[in-house]
Amino acid sequence: MELAIKQFKVGTRHFVKGLLEVLFVGGKAFYVWMIFLTVLIMAGVATYAAQLMQGMAMTNMTDQVSWGFYISNFTFLVGVAAAAVLLVIPAYLYHFKSIKKIVAFGELLAVTAVSMAMLFVLVDLGRPDRFWHILPGLGRLNFPSSILAWDILALNGYLLLNLAITSYIGGCTYFGREPDKRLVIPLILLSIPWAIGIHTVTAYLYNGLSARPFWNASILAPRFLASAFCAGPALMIIIFQLLRKVMNFKVQDRAIFKLAEIIAYAMAINLFLMFAEIFKEYYSGTVHVAPLQYLYEGLHGHHRLVPWIWTAMIFNAVGFILFLLPRTRERFFTLNIGCLLIFVGIWIEKGIGLIVPGFIPDTLHEIYEYSPSLREVAVGLGIWALGCLIYTLAVRTVIALDTGRLRSPGAPAMIHDEDE
Amino acid sequence: MEDENSRNEPIVKLSRRKVLKSVATGIGILAMPTSNASASVWEAFFQKHFRELSRDELKQVLARLEAAYRQECGREITVKATPPLDGVKFGYGLDLSRCIGCRRCVHGCVAENNQSRQPQIHWIRALQLQKDKGIDLDHAEHYYNPAAVPLDGHFYLPVQCQQCERPACTKVCPVKATWTEADGIVVIDYNWCIGCRYCMAACPYGARHFNWEKAAIPAGELNPDTHYLGNRPRPVGVTEKCTFCIQRTREQPGRYPACVEACPVGARKFGNLLDPAGEIRQLLESKRVFILKQELNTQPKFFYFFAT
Repeated sequence: MELAIKQFKVGTRHFVKGLLEVLFVGGKAFYVWMIFLTVLIMAGVATYAAQLMQGMAMTNMTDQVSWGFYISNFTFLVGVAAAAVLLVIPAYLYHFKSIKKIVAFGELLAVTAVSMAMLFVLVDLGRPDRFWHILPGLGRLNFPSSILAWDILALNGYLLLNLAITSYIGGCTYFGREPDKRLVIPLILLSIPWAIGIHTVTAYLYNGLSARPFWNASILAPRFLASAFCAGPALMIIIFQLLRKVMNFKVQDRAIFKLAEIIAYAMAINLFLMFAEIFKEYYSGTVHVAPLQYLYEGLHGHHRLVPWIWTAMIFNAVGFILFLLPRTRERFFTLNIGCLLIFVGIWIEKGIGLIVPGFIPDTLHEIYEYSPSLREVAVGLGIWALGCLIYTLAVRTVIALDTGRLRSPGAPAMIHDEDE
Repeated sequence: MEDENSRNEPIVKLSRRKVLKSVATGIGILAMPTSNASASVWEAFFQKHFRELSRDELKQVLARLEAAYRQECGREITVKATPPLDGVKFGYGLDLSRCIGCRRCVHGCVAENNQSRQPQIHWIRALQLQKDKGIDLDHAEHYYNPAAVPLDGHFYLPVQCQQCERPACTKVCPVKATWTEADGIVVIDYNWCIGCRYCMAACPYGARHFNWEKAAIPAGELNPDTHYLGNRPRPVGVTEKCTFCIQRTREQPGRYPACVEACPVGARKFGNLLDPAGEIRQLLESKRVFILKQELNTQPKFFYFFAT
């Protein structure tokens, strides 16, 4: 018994020491990156503290446009969290081996993106001190009536599910054991419909509001899925190349090009759905066309969002063409341009471009324009920086586990299953 | 007090209290108030949902609020929680052919209901519409300011909470902080609302307003007769809306809502929809009635009508 306790203590110490090394020791670039992120996070925290003290009047939100930059980023990030599904589906259902290796990074991205999304909701709350009112059992969660209650459950479930999968696989790697497929495969299979679920529920959050014709269109949920399948993988492609360069991690070109191809199809569907929506609203020409007019051409002399949405349209269209043609898709220079264009394009389209026109014109047809205040942007940047920090550390941990730098002393040597 | 709790919901209440307390010790280190006001701060933090309060707990909550308002505003403010009257469902009628758009209702409402003066919150919004366009919100003037009203060729549409029978706002609230009372009034527990503003996105009438910052009301202008679910001064970070002047209309004898009293042309009617002989039923049966955004099926208890 005593021996077991002693072994456990030694083992824990070894693990903690190893992990701390992974988290805090690195090259010059690593320290610069971490300090940069920390500064942004501190600035965000300080700004959020000011918001707590002064109330939300320091944002540019009003009774007319009552959701803004925060909820826009929330919506976009729920989309990014789908990256996991996209990588998991081909890897596990079609045994596409070159993607299989990088699934962990996708799932960690999902964990990070969902955490960021939930933080964006938290900073949007007028009374974060009453956060416990949503806790099932403690508070009074309005389930199943409120779609927000559904979303709280869906997002937290998704977070836990992905955390469980990644930490189980990570733990197995640490102890040099093969993960039990009977446990992992069902969890991964569950994470696929769940990812589609968080998207659908988040779309329904807006979709179900008859007061807001811009969102009250049944094409919203399909469009959410399509655009998620663009932005998520675009981010992954960039991340994989960075990993190859900075961390000396092997990712095959073939896997990256496959992702780019998937983006091309997803973007085609996204653009098609968008045109379907534009056609319906403009051709029928009811009063419900007003928010679309505000977004794409300006309404009654107000056009603050017009340059943004056309930037997004052009970015998405150019990105689509770059990814459609094998010649540009399989050349890293054009591939990276495409990724950047699509990531930014979807961020605009599915963020500010989706949330703000829901409120303009408002329900009594008043036009009150919105753009985020500097302090809203500072809080938002803080959350993005925190996400980058979490992801950087998570990726370092995965790589240390995979290369055996972080390994239990008693673990058997791992036999690496090389793809080729 | 604990006994009263146990009588209502023995198991859930006790365990909830316990769990919350242990959670709070963690959070509390950050937010621990140092003065002797700490007890009431804790009570406020842990306050249960209005509808879960026992009679004794409710009494304590009201006393705590009154004490807090006394300290904050330097004067006595009563907070009551008068329950709905039996056999009453309130309805409202607004005569569009009489309304002259003077906005006396707006300001009467602000004074009665302790709405923030800075920034300004108005529960009633009067729209100036063009006679030749009819009820076309797209051409509504929200901030009209002519030398005299009514302006030629125009008519006026005041909009406030429509007290829907199928409210879009209560349906979406993630924490059940807003609900319909037995007398048909849609209310908010300002001490339970988490400030997510989903209800504001859901309301088709722009009836809900948010306390983006702490409301500023000169102490001398405060209406000291308040209701927990109505016109008591609101905390920062929560939503608020018209409650048919719950602090007046639930009294016996009842009083008309402030906007009805303020209207100089008698365009506003208020009464019990369940009383077949009442004024509101009479006008529903005899006038041409118009419902705002009827196609959304929210089924308002606020009826616009044309008397002439």
